[in-house]
Amino acid sequence: MSTPMSVFDIAGRAMSAQIVRLNTVASNMANAGTVSGSEATAYRALKPVFQQVSDAPGVSTVKVTQVVQSNTQPTKRHDPENPLADKDGNVWDAGVDSAAELVDMIETQRQYQNNVQVMQTAKQLTLDTLRIEK
Amino acid sequence: MGSDDALFGIHGKALQIRSQRMSMLASNIANAATPGFKARDIDFNKALDAATSQQAGSVDDAVESNVGYRVPVESSLNGNTVELPVEQTQFAENAVQYKTTLQFLQGRVDTVMQALKGDQ
Repeated sequence: MSTPMSVFDIAGRAMSAQIVRLNTVASNMANAGTVSGSEATAYRALKPVFQQVSDAPGVSTVKVTQVVQSNTQPTKRHDPENPLADKDGNVWDAGVDSAAELVDMIETQRQYQNNVQVMQTAKQLTLDTLRIEK
Repeated sequence: MGSDDALFGIHGKALQIRSQRMSMLASNIANAATPGFKARDIDFNKALDAATSQQAGSVDDAVESNVGYRVPVESSLNGNTVELPVEQTQFAENAVQYKTTLQFLQGRVDTVMQALKGDQ
């Protein structure tokens, strides 16, 4: 068997993927209040696409293949006072579901913690194994 | 293989299987959010039997032929069969068992060291 992925590779890359996800959540939350002058240019939530990466049977980690725009529709609002309003006096609020983003953030946090825990356990066991002859 | 088997007995192979099982459970936890991912696990008893039987091949072969897919308690919409509580429990249990196996190995090494050093 040619050097299979170690637990540290698996958990480490999973943590990187979760960080990408956390970044998209942060971007979405930051843009939740963005207003745009047309539907096409309005902000839509960004979502990462996770895919498993495997180089040996049963051992696999995860990577982010791409970050896509979700199809959450921007909401049209009549606000003629707004400097960005179009000729009919409409503006579009960003297509971000804040509640869903918060849920996503908590899920990301928990999964990151899980991977940290896996890494800590693996580290401790490796150290115990190294110390066996003492 | 022969000489280290005489020293470590069943525990050397058990430790290898435990280590591979840890990687597999770590994979499951890492892919907890990957759509379509199917969680897998090693049947430890069967793998150890296969690794220690008379016509045993390598430990890797023994492990590979005793891997199965986890049957989820409740299926999710995106086809992912990882259930974090299950995986975390299995991972913790496997870590404790790894340490136990390590203690057995430690005992063997201590015995041999004592024999080598004599009554000092």
